[in-house]
Amino acid sequence: MSFANPLDSQAMLLALQTAPFLWLGVTAGCFLLAERLYARTRHFPLLHPVLVSIVLIVAILRLCGVPYQSYFSGAQLFHWLLGTATVALAVPLFDNLQRVRALLWPLLIALLIGGLAGMLSALALGKLFGLSPAVLVSFVPKSVTTPIAMALSQHAGGLPALTANVVILTGIFGAMIAVPLLSLFGVRSDIAQGFALGIAAHGVGTARAMQISPTAGAFAGLAMGLNGVLTSLTLALLLAFWPA
Amino acid sequence: MLYGFTFLVIFQLLGEVLSRGLHLPVPGPVLGMLLLVAWAVIKRGVDDRVGRVCSGLLRYMALLFVPAGVGLMLLGPLLRDEGWAMLAVLVLSTIITLLVAGLTLHRLLRRRHPSADEFS
Repeated sequence: MSFANPLDSQAMLLALQTAPFLWLGVTAGCFLLAERLYARTRHFPLLHPVLVSIVLIVAILRLCGVPYQSYFSGAQLFHWLLGTATVALAVPLFDNLQRVRALLWPLLIALLIGGLAGMLSALALGKLFGLSPAVLVSFVPKSVTTPIAMALSQHAGGLPALTANVVILTGIFGAMIAVPLLSLFGVRSDIAQGFALGIAAHGVGTARAMQISPTAGAFAGLAMGLNGVLTSLTLALLLAFWPA
Repeated sequence: MLYGFTFLVIFQLLGEVLSRGLHLPVPGPVLGMLLLVAWAVIKRGVDDRVGRVCSGLLRYMALLFVPAGVGLMLLGPLLRDEGWAMLAVLVLSTIITLLVAGLTLHRLLRRRHPSADEFS
């Protein structure tokens, strides 16, 4: 027997390739790195951790010649938890509902009109710009929080991977322009700005509203939750009546 | 922690069973969320153990979209063909949504409380 080379590099490589948790680790590592970058750049909007992680991981997979299916079968534990995390959204939604009871009616009316405007404008503009049917469906839930939007997109025959990226970009764009845009049109109260941010730009918008004030943040959080509910309940109906 | 997690998974399963069983257009996890809100309203809140697991999961929620989001790498041709149209729809529709939601609430609050600032 020879102990000349205790480092069996081939066995190590094989272990790495077959360990189911390799891509789980890569995903978590890239995300932590992206979060640190986001904090270092003082939350520069385009460096949102989800976008940066996706770009990093796609680059790694391309570099190593790994197909998406192999990556996903490794990293899917995180994907499974997404459903459970969606259920967990109930707790902040309930808390925010408690805090704004006095204004419930005007909020519900603004939710209905704003939420429907979001979906209908995506449908109409999508048709105008000639998006293909599956892409169009992927765009309709773009203003609601990613887990709900992805589930809805999948349910309605869209492309969940596209929806995930569109939703994050919508959130980033909405959070960047909301305050100057709304102020230009005379909407300056914390409540209305926060609420619009939550309706149009979900979690990313809510984080932006928190920077305006805790009041704006609470209304954004509520709007995000309620728009998730409204969109879930109306999207299928809207698509059924939309002339394709 | 296990108690809270199990509690959430039960609501998730309940949502999934109802969504498929009744052919509802609402996805299972979303229905589970609605059921949990209803539960919280009836019980006037949720157990602390459930609340702690929820905030833990929500703290890292963004990480959980990443595996699905990486699927974008399969959509290269689609992005090449429709990318600019997609960007236009995204930008314009987001502007419309922000303005409609913000202006509607602004008008409604004005009518009820001439000085809307009392609430901020």
